[in-house]
Amino acid sequence: MLVSILKVSTFVLSLLPAVLLFYGLLTDQLGANPIETLTRDTGEWGLRFLLITLAISPLRLLTSWHALATIRRMLGLYAFFYACIHMLLYIGLDQFFNLSDIISDIVDRPFILVGFVSFIALIPLAVTSNKAMIDRMGSVLWNRLHSLIYYIAIGGVVHFYMLVKKDVTDPVYYIIILILLLGFRLYSYIRRTLFTAKNTSLHHSENK
Amino acid sequence: MLIKKNKYSELPENQVTDESLYLNRRQFINKSAMIAAVTALPKLAFANNPIPEPDYKELSQSPFSTDEELTPFDDITSYNNFYEFGTDKSDPAKYATNFPDKSESWPIIIDGECDKPGEYTYDDLIKPFTLEERIYRLRCVEGWSMVIPWVGFSLADLLKQAQPSSKAKFVEFTTLYNPQQMPGQQRQVLQWPYVEGLRIDEAMNPLSLLAVGLYGKELLGQNGAPIRLVTPWKYGFKSIKSIVQIRFVEKMPVSSWMRAGPSEYGFYSNVNPNVSHPRWSQTRERRIGDLLKRETHMFNGYQEQVAHLYTGMDLKRNF
Repeated sequence: MLVSILKVSTFVLSLLPAVLLFYGLLTDQLGANPIETLTRDTGEWGLRFLLITLAISPLRLLTSWHALATIRRMLGLYAFFYACIHMLLYIGLDQFFNLSDIISDIVDRPFILVGFVSFIALIPLAVTSNKAMIDRMGSVLWNRLHSLIYYIAIGGVVHFYMLVKKDVTDPVYYIIILILLLGFRLYSYIRRTLFTAKNTSLHHSENK
Repeated sequence: MLIKKNKYSELPENQVTDESLYLNRRQFINKSAMIAAVTALPKLAFANNPIPEPDYKELSQSPFSTDEELTPFDDITSYNNFYEFGTDKSDPAKYATNFPDKSESWPIIIDGECDKPGEYTYDDLIKPFTLEERIYRLRCVEGWSMVIPWVGFSLADLLKQAQPSSKAKFVEFTTLYNPQQMPGQQRQVLQWPYVEGLRIDEAMNPLSLLAVGLYGKELLGQNGAPIRLVTPWKYGFKSIKSIVQIRFVEKMPVSSWMRAGPSEYGFYSNVNPNVSHPRWSQTRERRIGDLLKRETHMFNGYQEQVAHLYTGMDLKRNF
């Protein structure tokens, strides 16, 4: 029961930015350049959901609230959802589906390349996000594939940093959050390996 | 509230501005079925302010004016790059509401390599000149554009008055430095004060305009009040705002953006679809109000007036 409340509220809350943006578009509240606002905001929401997804495991460990695990997939899919809109706006309204223009843009502009690659890498994660795929792939392979999210998040944040003209304050916030999230994993990884190493050596000495 | 019918439409030069067109601008971006689908969606609210009462009347229309559809007043005054008031495009409209301080006179210094330097107040400076309306395209380096009905006078008229000497090869412009009035200057996003420059022949070109108003109104703080440069064949950042100093110099000035990113922003910064910026391809632009982008033209479509200034120059190197 609690889990389903958590899931439903996450679903609704996560959809809210899209609803508000759509409402803003209809009511002419997105400023003088609504397409730019939409592109920028959906990109930023994609990035936020990536970071929120990455925050679930640390939060779970810190709070021992294991129900959090049930919303992680949904949050990841929302990151993909916002990234898709972001990408479609770029391809459709900025480049007007002109493939050669898109390719030359990717080649000429490193920030587009980084963003594009990060988006492409998100696709297999979204496709294999359901339970059936986990069963089919086996957890080892699945986990290995889904560790791509670390690189995708780095790519997303770097993409944001590179595109900013001069004032990098906002992307720097994202970079700090990402460093904390990745740092937590590094820390627990190191602790785990040290702990296991210690345990094994203890074990060895006992056996002697 | 009493809603006055706008006197602005009575002015002859504003026959280009059909008010109903302007008020329903979003309906005029129908360029494809896709756009039509979007614009056909019902508007739940529509908050466009009427065009304000004009401060300048009976302005003559410049032959340089374009007859393209004007960008709405609301958009011109709410979507601004003016880092002195913050780096977000909505910041200038938010933080420049009381700028400039009307209780103080605005000083402008004209000095450097000229025979008649001088220190003026804004009011004295503009007094000798007949103001006219000039409808120019404005192309931002970020890939968007507007059509703005400026009010102003030719920069050359002012410069000639100062009688530049033969050493005056360039003109350097400086924006006010006042972190109290311009909160964006409290952070070193760019090197303050903002500096821009033109080659003397560029500055003397009849297209170069000193603007003091737009849409028949005095300039608002966010648009560079009380006086700003407008060079429509160059990217928008060249059109320096809220000018306090104009100096004739022998050496090429280093502009704030050149200092911030020498590989990205050159001295000339002419609108050029063939030279791409590391961040933005410059081949196309989104006219504010449009859904899809349009082609960008060489010198923003002002080749006839300015192309001769650059004959024999490699514009890829002199970007």
